[in-house]
Amino acid sequence: MKTVEEIKAAIEQAVPGAGVEIIPNPSVCGQHSLRLSPQTATAVATFLRDDADLSLDFLSNATGVDWPDKEVSEKIKVTRTVTKVVDGVETTAEETVEETVKRVVPGCLEAVYHLFSVAKKHGPVIIRMKTQNRSDQVRLPSLTPIWRSAEFQEREIFDLYGIVFTGHPDLRRLLMWDEFEDHPMRRDYVEPDDFEYEPTAHDEVLKRAEAQRAKLQGASA
Amino acid sequence: MTPTSFVTDQNKLPGWNRPPHVEPDGEGELLEIAMGPHHPSTHGVFRMDVALDGERVIRLKPVFGYLHRNHEKIGENSSYLASMPFTDRLDYMCPLTNNWAYAIAVEKLTGQEVPERAQYLRVILGELTRVVNHASAIGFLIQEMGASGTPLMYAFKEREKILDLFESLTGARMMVNYMRFGGCRVDATPTWLASVRKVLDGLPQFSDEFENLLRGNEILMARTQGVGILRPELAVNAGITGPMLRASGVNYDIRKVDSYGIYDRFKFRVPLGDHGDIYDRFMIRLLEMRESFGIIDQALKDIPGGPVMDPKAKIRGFRPKPGEAYGRIEAPKGELGFYLISDGSPNPYRYRIRPPSLINLTVLEDMCLGANVADVVLIFGSVDIVLGEVDR
Repeated sequence: MKTVEEIKAAIEQAVPGAGVEIIPNPSVCGQHSLRLSPQTATAVATFLRDDADLSLDFLSNATGVDWPDKEVSEKIKVTRTVTKVVDGVETTAEETVEETVKRVVPGCLEAVYHLFSVAKKHGPVIIRMKTQNRSDQVRLPSLTPIWRSAEFQEREIFDLYGIVFTGHPDLRRLLMWDEFEDHPMRRDYVEPDDFEYEPTAHDEVLKRAEAQRAKLQGASA
Repeated sequence: MTPTSFVTDQNKLPGWNRPPHVEPDGEGELLEIAMGPHHPSTHGVFRMDVALDGERVIRLKPVFGYLHRNHEKIGENSSYLASMPFTDRLDYMCPLTNNWAYAIAVEKLTGQEVPERAQYLRVILGELTRVVNHASAIGFLIQEMGASGTPLMYAFKEREKILDLFESLTGARMMVNYMRFGGCRVDATPTWLASVRKVLDGLPQFSDEFENLLRGNEILMARTQGVGILRPELAVNAGITGPMLRASGVNYDIRKVDSYGIYDRFKFRVPLGDHGDIYDRFMIRLLEMRESFGIIDQALKDIPGGPVMDPKAKIRGFRPKPGEAYGRIEAPKGELGFYLISDGSPNPYRYRIRPPSLINLTVLEDMCLGANVADVVLIFGSVDIVLGEVDR
C-alpha cells in the first residue's frame, strides 16, 4: 500500500495540474486524506480506480461534512508609534501591543469518500472535495459514474447537506420527502416548529401558533 | 406515484446493462404498482415503485425514509458514549456487531487498547450474532415463499437460545448496550461460558436439519436457482459487501482483509458462491454459520482470564483529541463502518454510519429487471436488510 505522498505523486504524474492537496489527520490511526479540486476530480477518481497499482475499485463510504463560517480570534503583535508627553516635551516612541483580531473563516460543505481495493485488498484511501461556500456555490462533480455505490450515498448527501452533484443520474432526496426544503444535517439547521399538530393549542403554544401563522401569511402575501 | 419516480438516466450508471427482454413489447399498458410501505415482505416500512408489463418487472425504484429519525444528528448532539445504546437500534437483529463497529471506530480515533479477554468475548458475541442473523434470514426466505410461520419459527427456536445467552450476559435480549471504548461492560462468568458451549454443541445439528429443509424442497430450488443474478464486476463497483458479494464469487471478507480484533488467530474459511443467484446467497449464509461455529469453538477454548476493560479507559469526561477515523467490521449483513470526526469536544463533530443494508440495495433494480413480480419479494429478501439501518 502506497503512502498518501506516493499516491499524490502518482496522481500528479497521471493527471497534470490535478491540484491534489494532502490533508493530515492528527489522530493516531493516521488516515490522511487527499483533497481533490472539483475541476479534475473525475479524471483523478478514474485514475485511482483504473491504475494497476492502486486499483481502488470499491468505494465504501461517501459522506458529507458541514463546516459553517467560523469566527477565529487571534492574538497578534502590533507595533505602532505612540506620541507621549513626558515632562512637557512631546516624544514619539515605538510600542508593541498585543491585539486580539477577529477573523471569519468562510465555511464550506465537504464530501468525503473512503476507497478500498477488493482486488489488492488494501485501503483506505480517503479523498475529499469541498464546495466554495454553503449557500449558492455548492456544486461538486458526482463520482457515481465511476463507482456505482455512490448512487444512494450522494443522494443522501444532497438530501441532508445540500451538495448538488453534477452528473448524478438521479439526484433526488433519499430520506426526507420531496417537498422538504431544508438540509437537516447542517450544523445551523433549526427544526421547524411543529405546534400545528397539537389538537388544542393554548397558552404558550397558542402564542407560537399565532406567530407562526402570521409569519406564513406574510410570506405568502 | 410521484412524477419524479422514474427519472433515472440509467445509461450513465456504471455496470448498467438492461437485459433486452425487459423492454416493453408495446402491447397493452404498463401497470405501475407500489409494493409497500406496508407489505409483508419488506421487513419493515419500505416501498418499491414497480412498473410491470404483464408479470415482468420493467422498472423498479426503491423509496426510503419511512423509518428515518436522523440518527447521525442525534449522535452529533450527544456524547460519544451516549450513542452506544443507540447503535443497538440500527440493525436490531444484530446489536452486538453494531456496538463492536462503533467501539472499533472510537478506538481507532483514540488509540485505546482492548484487553485480551474482551477481544475474545467480542469475537464470541459477534459470531453468535452472525448465527442469529443468518438463521433468521434463511427463515424469512422460506416464509416469503409462502411457507408461513413454521419454518421461520424453526430458525427462531435457535435464535431464542442465543438471545437468552445475550440476556444473561448483558441484561437484554436485543438492546444490549454491551461494548465500551477499550473493552466490554461486564465480564462473563464461567457458567455463562459453559452455557455458550452447551448451545454451541446443539447448533451443528440445527444447521444440518435446516440445510435439509432448504435443499430437500423442490419449490425452493425451482424458485431460487438462476433468479436474481448479480454479476461480480457490478457487485464490486456498486459497493456490495457481505454474503451478497461473496455469493457472486468475490473473495472479500473484512475479517480476513483487515483482521480487526484478533481474527488472525482463528482458522476459518470464506465460502464463495458460483452463480450469484438467490440460492447461492442463502447457501453462503448457511456455510458462514458453520464457519462461525468453528470460530466460537476456538475462542471458547483459548479465552484467557484478566480484565475486560482497559484500566486506563476514561468513561467520564471522554474527549478524544482532534482528528478523524474510519473503522469498519464485517457485520452479518456486510461492511458496517463508522466515520468519526472529533474536534476535541465531548460530542463527535461528525458521526457517520456506513450502512451495509442501504448500499446493498443499490443493485436491487438490476437484479429484479425481467423477473416475475412474485420473485421481487424473494430477491429483495435475499439482500437481507433491516430498515432500522437503511433509514437510520
